[in-house]
Amino acid sequence: MSDDVIQFGPAPAPVLDIRGLQVATQSSPAKPILKGIDFAIAPGETLCLVGESGSGKSVTSLAVMGLLPKGSLKATGGRIELEGDSLLDVSPTRLRDLRASRMAMIFQEPMTALNPLMRVGEQIEEVLVMHQRGLSAKQRCDRVLEMLDQVQLPDIERVYASWPHQLSGGQRQRIMIAMALILEPKLLIADEPTTALDVTTQKQILKLIKQLQERHGTSVLFITHDMGVVADIADRVCVMRHGEVVETQPIDALLRRPTTDYTRQLLTAVPSLRPRASREVTDREIVLEAIELEKRYGQASRWARLAGKASAQTLAASDINFALTRGRTLGIVGESGSGKSTVARCVMRMIEPTGGGVRVMGKDIASLGRAALKPHRKRIQMVFQDPFRSLNPRLTIGTSLIEGPVNYGTSHEEALARAAELLELVGLPKDALGRYPHQFSGGQRQRIAIARALAMEPDVLVADEAVSALDVSVQAQVLGLLDDIQRRLGVAVLFITHDLSVAAQICDEVMVMQKGVVVEYGPASRVLGAPEHPYTRSLMLAAPGRHWDFSEFRPLDRVFEETPTSNSTTTVYP
Amino acid sequence: MFSYCLRRTLAAVPVMVVVALFVFLLLRLSPGDPAAIIAGDMATPEQLDRIRETLGLNQPIYLQFFNWGGELLRGDFGTSLMSNLPVTQLMAQRLEPTVSLALLSIVLSVVVAVPMGVIAAWKHGSLIDNVVMSVSVLGFSVPVFVIGYILIKIFAIDLGWLPVQGFKRVSEDGFGPFIRHAILPSLMLSTIYIALIARMTRASMLDVLGEDFVRTAHAKGASEKRVLFKHALRNAGVPILEVIGTGFALMITGVVVTESVFNIPGLGRLTVDAILARDYPVIQGLILVTSGVYVLINLAIDLSYALLDPRIRYQ
Repeated sequence: MSDDVIQFGPAPAPVLDIRGLQVATQSSPAKPILKGIDFAIAPGETLCLVGESGSGKSVTSLAVMGLLPKGSLKATGGRIELEGDSLLDVSPTRLRDLRASRMAMIFQEPMTALNPLMRVGEQIEEVLVMHQRGLSAKQRCDRVLEMLDQVQLPDIERVYASWPHQLSGGQRQRIMIAMALILEPKLLIADEPTTALDVTTQKQILKLIKQLQERHGTSVLFITHDMGVVADIADRVCVMRHGEVVETQPIDALLRRPTTDYTRQLLTAVPSLRPRASREVTDREIVLEAIELEKRYGQASRWARLAGKASAQTLAASDINFALTRGRTLGIVGESGSGKSTVARCVMRMIEPTGGGVRVMGKDIASLGRAALKPHRKRIQMVFQDPFRSLNPRLTIGTSLIEGPVNYGTSHEEALARAAELLELVGLPKDALGRYPHQFSGGQRQRIAIARALAMEPDVLVADEAVSALDVSVQAQVLGLLDDIQRRLGVAVLFITHDLSVAAQICDEVMVMQKGVVVEYGPASRVLGAPEHPYTRSLMLAAPGRHWDFSEFRPLDRVFEETPTSNSTTTVYP
Repeated sequence: MFSYCLRRTLAAVPVMVVVALFVFLLLRLSPGDPAAIIAGDMATPEQLDRIRETLGLNQPIYLQFFNWGGELLRGDFGTSLMSNLPVTQLMAQRLEPTVSLALLSIVLSVVVAVPMGVIAAWKHGSLIDNVVMSVSVLGFSVPVFVIGYILIKIFAIDLGWLPVQGFKRVSEDGFGPFIRHAILPSLMLSTIYIALIARMTRASMLDVLGEDFVRTAHAKGASEKRVLFKHALRNAGVPILEVIGTGFALMITGVVVTESVFNIPGLGRLTVDAILARDYPVIQGLILVTSGVYVLINLAIDLSYALLDPRIRYQ
């Protein structure tokens, strides 16, 4: 670890040194975003910058690259030194030369970070065209192919000539990494580079960054909100909050002995992979049941049929069976493309299932028409992933909350009174009724979305990644709220998530899906405690930070491991 | 790619059939006797009979349509009532001035407007941006003929650099005289399109400049010029192309006015003359040709999307 490197021998000059950096908005009056932050990164070191949304961690990285959005943010004080170049003072030309050659950056969203109208090989090559003018076209092409090989992409010649939309998210992030590292920069800034990826892909990408870092001796400034990732990759950690550095420590010290309350809070809120104690079954009434549910996409097109081609169909979900009883929570877990959201949408009848049945309170709704479906719609309500887009910005909270009940014949006054009660239930003041969504934070909006769903007095709540867009501390609060509501109202919850530790916190039963089929289904304590299916195991092994019990500030005593000698697994939790 | 082009091209066929049907019904379904409408108030019964016979008005209406359509496909658009010349010949004579004027105008618009829009978006909120936007509001709001007369006053009368009116064909008189006569009408015609295209370019570029891949390009160390033209502009291209295409198709209205102001013997003038004289075969022919141009331009836009964007190409 690099703190060893720093301790023995003369301390090497830092690659990046930030002193008293201040960034403010260019509005009047100027609002400070970064209030004088300090940190340095040693050669070959990985420094993680952690913090919740709004802490200023991304602004810090953009300030280093000189990419602060023009006209809205501006560095107003302090110094940023990259191996002796003062980045806030150099000319724009010099700054352009330094980018990619001495410092490079990869971003969060690989789906949008590449130019969709340019072949990916050409996009990597562009770096060489701009920074190494002496190379011939052949030499450039060879360099790019070599780099594609280094980021472990298969079939590199084909990838070279691909368009971005032909590659998966993980592959695109590999392209971004190849582009960033082709000139062997001294500093790599990675801004949430794996947040948009599945856990198994995330694991591969993190490993790749580590390997290349060791090979090229790169220093990495890694920005993330995920403590699990931090525990896995960091040498040192810098915790930020409200534009200030709260605490900087080597990783082990930070996880074991956080010195500030804020870090302590942050760690305590991290959900653990340990499944919660199973709850007693109080009610055996089945409220939602799926029987051999199937959803097939892509009926053969007319052209294909004319040409006599076989129909290209995708089975998004097949042979899905589950039963959800009153007051319980069933989690559907899986990576993108596993079919978990398809199941949720079929159950909600937002899309038509192509086979099987969905029973809500014993009544099969899978093939009901629009009118016949209406009385059953209110029994099953949904909470969506993104609270910033799931509430109509032009409607007051009150209007949003009463719209459903009024559609089902409740009087306006009654619905409004009920809405006020619900707001109190989800922990918001009554006067929120007259306000608009933009006046609330993400966590508050998700509470409103839950109240909106509850206003219909449903038997089942479908939560599709309902806490995935929230910061961990807010996530913990919202999960607590769901639990509380379930106890009070006895509503059953179908909880869709990609995050195993979130599932471990809230689910009684867990169903693991892969490529449209259920691979494992049972009590959460068994599925997440002693998984049997290889896919579930691979998910568990890919979960970041699975060695740590963050809220107890120590490593877990017993960790789920795949033992290399036998195929059995050592278990796990007591 | 091939199936995309084929589908788009085939989709244009029913559109043209519907247009032909409308043009056909235009005359047949207007109140009164088509023959009387065509012949006008002073017609003798013999003239009416002759018209009825040439138009085939004694036959059932669907047969009339098929016969007429068959003639169209053979390139026979009928005969002008004013001049007794074939409609195709009339239109062919007038085609070159209009097409050359329209092409020149659209090239002028694109060459002026796209860089204007790109720079305005790049220097978003600056003086340049404001100037570009104000000029384009002016371009929208001042009527085309006013701009024409102002241009004539300044460049032809006061400065005497350019002719006041008239037209020289590039095919007969050469490029120099053509440009001298065509530059003012083109300027007049393109004002509104410069305004339109500049605004659309600016809006579309502003969207694209906020995209992640533009940030990636900056992070790679790309120069402003490279980011703007190599990465951003192409991605902003689809809406810009859309406006250019529609603008080109709509130019026919502007052409009518421009040709009148500058006394140019083109299709616009022919249209005005034909309408004033109620020369139905000529009007029908003009509508068909104009609609055909609309459809072709739309087809060209659709196909150029595919060239521009690989995601459309591989659908």
